[in-house]
This record gives sequence, C-alpha cells and structure tokens, in this order.
Amino acid sequence: MSIELKNVSKKFGEVAAVNSVNFSVKEGELMALLGPSGGGKTTVLRMIAGLEVPTEGDIFIRGKRVNDISVRKRNIGFVFQNYALFKNMNVFKNIAFGLKIKKWKRADIEARVTELLKLLGLDGLERRYPHQLSGGQRQRVAIARALASKPGVLLLDEPFGAVDAKIRQELREWLVHLHKDLNVTTLFVTHDQEEAMEVSDRIVIFSKGNLEQIGAPREVYEQPVNEFVARFIGVMNVLEVEVRKGVGRVNELEFPAPTQPDGTRLRIGFRPYAVQVSPDLALYRYRAVLRRTYFLGIMLRLELELPSGLTLRSRITKEEYALLGLRDGMNLSLQIRTYRVLAREGGSLPPELQTAYEHPPTIAEHI
Amino acid sequence: MAGTIQSNLKARRTASRRGTEEPAFVKWTLITIGLAFALLFLLVPLVNVFYQALEKGVRFYLAALTEPDSWSAIRLTLIIAAISVPLNVVFGLAAAWAIAKFEFRGKAILITLIDLPFAVSPVVSGLVFVLLFGMQGYFGQWLDDHNIKIIFAVPGMVMATIFVTFPFVARELIPVMQATGSEQEQAALTLGASGWQTFWHVTLPSVKWGLLYGVILCNARAMGEFGAVSVVSGKIAGQTQTMPLRVEELYNSSKLSGGTAAFAVASLLALLALFTLGVKTWVEWKTRRNYELAQRAEANFQSQI
Repeated sequence: MSIELKNVSKKFGEVAAVNSVNFSVKEGELMALLGPSGGGKTTVLRMIAGLEVPTEGDIFIRGKRVNDISVRKRNIGFVFQNYALFKNMNVFKNIAFGLKIKKWKRADIEARVTELLKLLGLDGLERRYPHQLSGGQRQRVAIARALASKPGVLLLDEPFGAVDAKIRQELREWLVHLHKDLNVTTLFVTHDQEEAMEVSDRIVIFSKGNLEQIGAPREVYEQPVNEFVARFIGVMNVLEVEVRKGVGRVNELEFPAPTQPDGTRLRIGFRPYAVQVSPDLALYRYRAVLRRTYFLGIMLRLELELPSGLTLRSRITKEEYALLGLRDGMNLSLQIRTYRVLAREGGSLPPELQTAYEHPPTIAEHI
Repeated sequence: MAGTIQSNLKARRTASRRGTEEPAFVKWTLITIGLAFALLFLLVPLVNVFYQALEKGVRFYLAALTEPDSWSAIRLTLIIAAISVPLNVVFGLAAAWAIAKFEFRGKAILITLIDLPFAVSPVVSGLVFVLLFGMQGYFGQWLDDHNIKIIFAVPGMVMATIFVTFPFVARELIPVMQATGSEQEQAALTLGASGWQTFWHVTLPSVKWGLLYGVILCNARAMGEFGAVSVVSGKIAGQTQTMPLRVEELYNSSKLSGGTAAFAVASLLALLALFTLGVKTWVEWKTRRNYELAQRAEANFQSQI
C-alpha cells in the first residue's frame, strides 16, 4: 500500500470536516477524491501531505506512520489548486527550488530540471516568470516542481479547477499519460464527477466529511451504494415506492419486491439509459408524453411525462432518435429495463437489496 | 457615413457627460483650486528653502553645512536613522507576518496599537519617555545610580524616533502579505524548505516592494522628526542636536547669517524629502507595472483560447 488512512478524523474547532475515514491507495494507482465542495476531500489530501494534522486516526505512507513527520520530511509532491508558483522566480528556479533545498549538486539539478522541462513540454520556457505563462503552462510547472525530487506520492488539489474548460479536456488526457509514464502513486481532488470518471483508476466519494463509496469508475456508476452517490455520479431517476403484496408502487409504476413486507418504503433508482421508449404504443407497458428533448452532443436526453404527472428522464443516441422518428409532444410507450434499490445518503443497504433488478417483461414480450 | 458616426459619437459623449460627469465649470474650478493650493502651500515654500539657502552663495552654503555643530547634527541624524530604521524593519516584518498569517486573540488590539504613534502628538510621544526615564521619572533614579543616560542623550532620541516611526513598515507590509496569502510558503514547505529558508527565499522577495516603500517612508520620518526628539534631546549643540533641531536653533539665533545657515541645513531635509518622493514614485510605478504585466499575460492567454 502506498497510502493508508485508518479512522482518520479532522475537526476545525467544533466543526467536523472529516469523520473517521478509512481507505488505501495502491502503489502506482491514480485515484480521485470526489465530492461536492465542503465535503472534506481537500482536508483529507492536506492531511496526507502534512499540511493539516488529523484530530484522530493514523496515516501511513509506504507502510510508515507519518502523523508525527513534518511536511518537509514526508517526501510528497503537492500541487496547489492555484499552483502557488514562486512569483519572484523563473520556471527553472521554481522547479529547482526543492532540489536546491535538498542540497543536490548543481550539475544534477541542471540535469533533473532539463529532464522535467522536456517531460512536461516546457522546453524554452525556463527563463519565463509565472505571470508570463498561460494557465496550462503554470499547472505543468507546478507539477514539474512537485515531481522534481522524485516523491513517493503525488498529491493534486483540484488540478483542473483553475483552467479554462477547453484546455481542461486536454490536460486530463495529458495527466493520464504522464501518470502512465512515471507510474507514481497519484491522488487528486476534484468536484467534477466526469473528470474523476475519465481520469482515475478508482474513485473515493466524499460527502459532508463521510466516505460514501470507493470503487472503479464503472463500479460507482453502476452500483452506487446509496442515493447520494447515485445522484452525484451521473444522472439518476429516483422514486420512492411503497410495497404492497410484494410489489413496490408509485403512481402507475410497479417494481417487484417479493421479499419486502407490506408498507415498506423503498427508494428506487435507474439511469436514463435504462428507460426505453417507442412510438409504438403497444410495445411497452407504460404510456408517456415526450415533453422536451435536450441535445447533449451525440446523446439526447428526453423528458417524459407519465399520465399521472410523474416525470422521468431517458437518454438515447441521435441515431435511435432519428430511427424512432421522435418529436416533442409525441405519445410514447416506455419501459424501465433495470433498476436498483437505493439507501439514503450516508447509509448503505442490506446485502439482499444490493443488486440491480431486471424489470418484469413487457406486455409485448408476453405476446 | 463618416459624418453620421462622428455625430453619433458626439451625441453619445454629451449623453454620457450628462449622466456621469459634472458640468465643465465645476471641473475647472476644482482643478484650479487644487493646483493653486499645491503651488501656494507646497511648491513656493520648497523653492524658497533652496532660494534662501543659496542666497549668500555656494561657498557660504557649504561652510554653513560643514560648521562643526551643523556637521555633528547631520551625523547624529544619520546615526539615529541607521539604528531605528532597521529595528522598525524587523518589528514591522514580525508584526505584519503575525497579523497576515495567523489568527490569534488580541489581533485587533495589535493592529490598533501599531497605529497609536500616528494618533498621538509627537510632543506627547517624547514626554512619555521623559516621564519614564527622566530624573523625575519612574526609572530615573535607578538609571542615574547606574550612570546610564537615556534622556537628554542619544538613547532617548533613538527611542523616541522608533516610537514615532513604528507604524510605517508594518502598515505597508500588512496588506501586501494578506494579498499574497500563505500558499507559496506552504508550497515551499512541501518542497522541504525550513521556516527560515521559506522566509528568505519566498516571503521576503514577494514583499520586497512593499518593504522598500515602508523603509523609505520610515527613514524620511526618522530623519525629519522634530517634536518627540526635541522633547527628549535637551538640544545640546554638537551633542544631542539632529538636523531639524539644528535648523530651529540656527533660525532663532541672533547671528546675522543665522537664517541663511538654517535654510542651508533645511535644504538637506528638503532634498531628502524630494529623494523620498522620487523613490516612492518609482516603487509605485514598479509595482503597478508588475501588476499590469501580469494582467496582460493573463489577457493574452485568455485571447489565445
């Protein structure tokens, strides 16, 4: 294990920022700490770096407990959200700073900085000052500076937060490649779920100082442990149903729940892609009106209103949309292919409910 | 076509003037008053100082400056400034650092205390030290027993000067340090730097212009202070007289050429003021230019995407 947190809590005065968090990062892994702002993720990152001291719990870096080791001696590379480049030093001196402090030989410093400049595509910029650089260049200088003395782990606080949306995409891909080349354990904080999904091997999701779920991007997307994760990672239709005679109902929708006693209230969640529609009114079980179509590039999102007034969101491809000949205001039939039972925020479900359900066959399939 | 644009522009200009500007006569009246005031109360006296100083010729001017008592006053002024300015730099840095980077009880009180010397009359500032260390003061007897002279001697003058120039450096540094924040210092820590290395390589360079600005203002006041120093000095010619005190004595002396000699010494103080203004303008220009460069780099970058 490269980084390990055991029951780590942090309080600022009376305010609990992080509540008894446990997780570990494997050697060479690229991991995202994801959550809404104020979720405690930056505090966790700063505690690993040694910029904050945990109120309780232990932090290990490469098997060594580092609680009492100062920032200076932890051998971590930290990239600040606004980069925190030394304004009075040029690019070369910024990158060389840590090496100079660690008393490297002049020739070695020169060689290492040159190597990093090349690796990060900063050749020719070594005499520039931070204010003469673009946002993307500043970020790369910050990363080069953090990597200079070959740290055991690289920590990045909102690495793409201060960059323009257009460049952000490039930088994400670039970070993945850089990580592959260097193979250094990397942990970064983000509030952007898309970013976390795209870049990382695994994601740790935080909300209000609690760790909600850890898993690979696909895992947290397809098997969210609770409603918070489900809603935070992508779009989710969430409904509350009441069980009667083994079936959970809300308005006209029915979801089989054979094991649950009558009167139980369950939260049901399904992704927009699980909602299938057809202009053939006999094809699927439920009826709906297409209220509005949102164009999201290659995908389209449909806003569907059921006769009872319930609104569901569906997602289909452009091709499907054209093939089905859909128009706003059209009457459609729909079915929900798969769904999950969700726990409330902060909680998790008993094991028997922790699977995805296939919806009962449609009328058309009966025939 | 061009005519329409012209008249459009003109129309817009009149419209904007109506909306946001005062009528022309108000503008010109204010400018005239401002200029006349500056001319009458600032420029004329300044020119007069040099005129009076050189009235009896350059030779007399130089003689007046090198006359033993005046020369001693010049030296003493430099010594006092050389002691009090560095001390206030150290204090100013420490106080600004504490205020900008830490949260602590009594922070508001410290900020108010730093401003105290600005609020108190210089004469009172001087008297405070006389009351503490003078013969009738709390420590007077003890100091006399141990043969330590503070009041009517150089140590007292240094103390009074430090007191009066206390706020300059700290006042300039606090906003600069608050604006810089502490991220650069944290970055230095993560790179393995010690507190001292961080201060020397990161903090100090980032506040250097603010610091320089504070130092020159502090220095100007340290050399030019009259009230507080006058109270504690005893005004012994050749021993405890600084330049401002020397100017006063020469001017009040019954010697025929006293006035001219007084203006000769005063002209040095005026030169110091001009020099201070020059450095101040330069520093301000420099900081503004750094800021504009950063802004332009940012704008360039934004337009590239």
